[in-house]
Amino acid sequence: MSDDPFLASKGPRRGQILFALAFAGFAIFILSNLGNQTTWAPRTKLFAQPGFWPGVAGAGMVLFGLLHLRGVRRGMGLRRPWISREDRAEARVWVQPLEYTAWFMVYVFAVPRIGHLPATMIFAPALTWRLGYRSPRLLWASLAFGVAVVLIFKGVLGVKIPGGAVYEYLPDSIRAFALRYL
Amino acid sequence: MDLIFAGLEVLYRWDVMLALLVGSIGGVMIGAVPGVGPAVAIAILLPATFWMDPIVGLTLLLGIYGSSMYGGAIPAILINTPGTAVNALTTYDGYPMTLRGEGRKAISIAYTASFVGAIISIICLISLAPVLAKVAPMFGAREIFLAALLGLVLVVVSHRGQAAIAAALACLGIFIGTIGLEPVKYTKRYTFDQSWLASGVDLIVVVLGLYAISQAFMLMQGDDVKTRRVPLGGGMFQGLREVARHPRVAGVSSGFGVLMGIIPGVGEFTSQFLAYTYAQKTSKRPEDFGQGSVEGLIASESANNSVPAAAMVPLLALGIPGEELTAMMLAVFYVHNVVPGPGLFQNQMDFVMAIYLALLFLNILVMVFLLFSTNALMMVARLPNRFLGVGILTLSFVGIYSLRNSATDCLMAAAFGLFGFILKRLSLPIVPIIMGIVLGGIMEAKLRIAMARVKTPYDFIDRPIAMALFVFIILIIAFQIRGAVIQSRRLKEAQWSTRPASTRFGTFLSRRRDFVLTERGKRLREARSTLPRPSTDRD
Repeated sequence: MSDDPFLASKGPRRGQILFALAFAGFAIFILSNLGNQTTWAPRTKLFAQPGFWPGVAGAGMVLFGLLHLRGVRRGMGLRRPWISREDRAEARVWVQPLEYTAWFMVYVFAVPRIGHLPATMIFAPALTWRLGYRSPRLLWASLAFGVAVVLIFKGVLGVKIPGGAVYEYLPDSIRAFALRYL
Repeated sequence: MDLIFAGLEVLYRWDVMLALLVGSIGGVMIGAVPGVGPAVAIAILLPATFWMDPIVGLTLLLGIYGSSMYGGAIPAILINTPGTAVNALTTYDGYPMTLRGEGRKAISIAYTASFVGAIISIICLISLAPVLAKVAPMFGAREIFLAALLGLVLVVVSHRGQAAIAAALACLGIFIGTIGLEPVKYTKRYTFDQSWLASGVDLIVVVLGLYAISQAFMLMQGDDVKTRRVPLGGGMFQGLREVARHPRVAGVSSGFGVLMGIIPGVGEFTSQFLAYTYAQKTSKRPEDFGQGSVEGLIASESANNSVPAAAMVPLLALGIPGEELTAMMLAVFYVHNVVPGPGLFQNQMDFVMAIYLALLFLNILVMVFLLFSTNALMMVARLPNRFLGVGILTLSFVGIYSLRNSATDCLMAAAFGLFGFILKRLSLPIVPIIMGIVLGGIMEAKLRIAMARVKTPYDFIDRPIAMALFVFIILIIAFQIRGAVIQSRRLKEAQWSTRPASTRFGTFLSRRRDFVLTERGKRLREARSTLPRPSTDRD
């Protein structure tokens, strides 16, 4: 990276060019869609136009995004290729959390079906196991943590998370309790 | 005095007291865990506070905000890992003290300096409150627009070496804030005909994604950090004596914290930098800084802990948050239809005073709690990183799903989590995005109101405060551009003066050939040979 204070001098080098290119591309896409995605209101001043602020934001993203790209490219040294082996390795690291995103979304879809408490009691220890922890102490701790989260947030603080569909099959005596607190 | 009693009356409720206790102790514990931090905790708890009274919810979040830095000092001093980002400077002098067997003394100094900083800050604010109540109504739509713009400009320029990308990310934040139905003409903006985008992107979803989920990904993707136990030495009450021996350092550092906290967009890092530099320059032993200097530790801790109270000034008086934590708190105000700004200072001064007093009480509570619980908190600080990631992901779900029970929100938050993960991997700033969303919305509304009353461009800045803010913004931008041009020129000169010869093999051979074959090369070889040629004659 260069030492230029206005451009790009902080952080690791790997992956910066990929990010700068992607950001500049996204910014150009946003600005080029200004006409399609906003409406021009007749007899309205420019500052009150619905597209004024998205336009300002888009123009700023393009201007500063390209400035950043220029700074990153200058910092790399012009002899280097645009995308190096380190950049590609970094891009592979960026997609690794997609697995945890999948875990998270499975949990999200499980809660309204099997209920917050059972879903959390499965999710927390299972993910703990997946991360490589095998000690019974940590696995029990993750289970206790899951139970505590549900009891504190849903039971005590009354945070609005719907009861699971399976709770409907519970006996009448505990169904209302489960729907409200678990 | 009446105001103070009115504030006490607002606070005199069991639920407020409980929120204060839970917030302050919870904040210390969260601060003590490296990798969590107050931003993650506040982001997760934010939706839960929407069901509470505004004063209860705010007290809970204030507790976390004001006390996390106390907790953050513990791992910074004992294991050289700052609990919160603003405790990074504490490691410079705190950890060397631990290594020489004065860990307990260093912690005690950090607590006392933090406490002094916070109390000085709160006293300043309570004394300033009547003045602020008079000044705040002078801020109309134009002044608030300019103050918000100033905040945004300061957030950008405070990221030295990253100003361009900080500005680009701030613009991205403004853009995200405009997605959905426009509030005046009710036209769609950047929805791409998708119904799930029509209601816009909720601030909480972005905050939870960028702060909490991205942090969970960072922790789960990394390795557990092994820490070694160091025997603690020194007494827990030695800090009182040390801080009393350096009242000037503690006082001036707190002053820097108050000043920097009031200015939107500046915050803890600048105040710490100024305080630390001041303490080093005026110290009798400047060489000790970075090697376990008591003055350095006092400067760093009192400067960072005096910021939270001061940061409430622009939020309460103008409705402009100065950094990401106060931006999150603004959401609590809006949800309860309490609009911070000049009107709040005029009509609900007791509420403002209650917030200041809550800050005062939480500092006392935290101080008492810490004096007896440091050893237990060290256990919390040693939780395995990836296990913490599981915890944060589980809690993030509660925060996002409780908003609208929407799986789409969770998916969006996960996408922002991935984006935040990339930003964190590249050490790029997240704060400008949040500030862009919050301040962009304020700027859009205020500019529309202001321009309706303006006939010529000069009318916009014809009032003294507006003119002062405008001049300030222009000066900051001019200095930034000037600094960039000078630095760029220096860099170019340095590159030209030290440009190394090419290391490519072909160029190397070509140079060697020239050196060997040309007349100039022969002359050079003769000139450079210092030893006489070995004789080939036989004796």
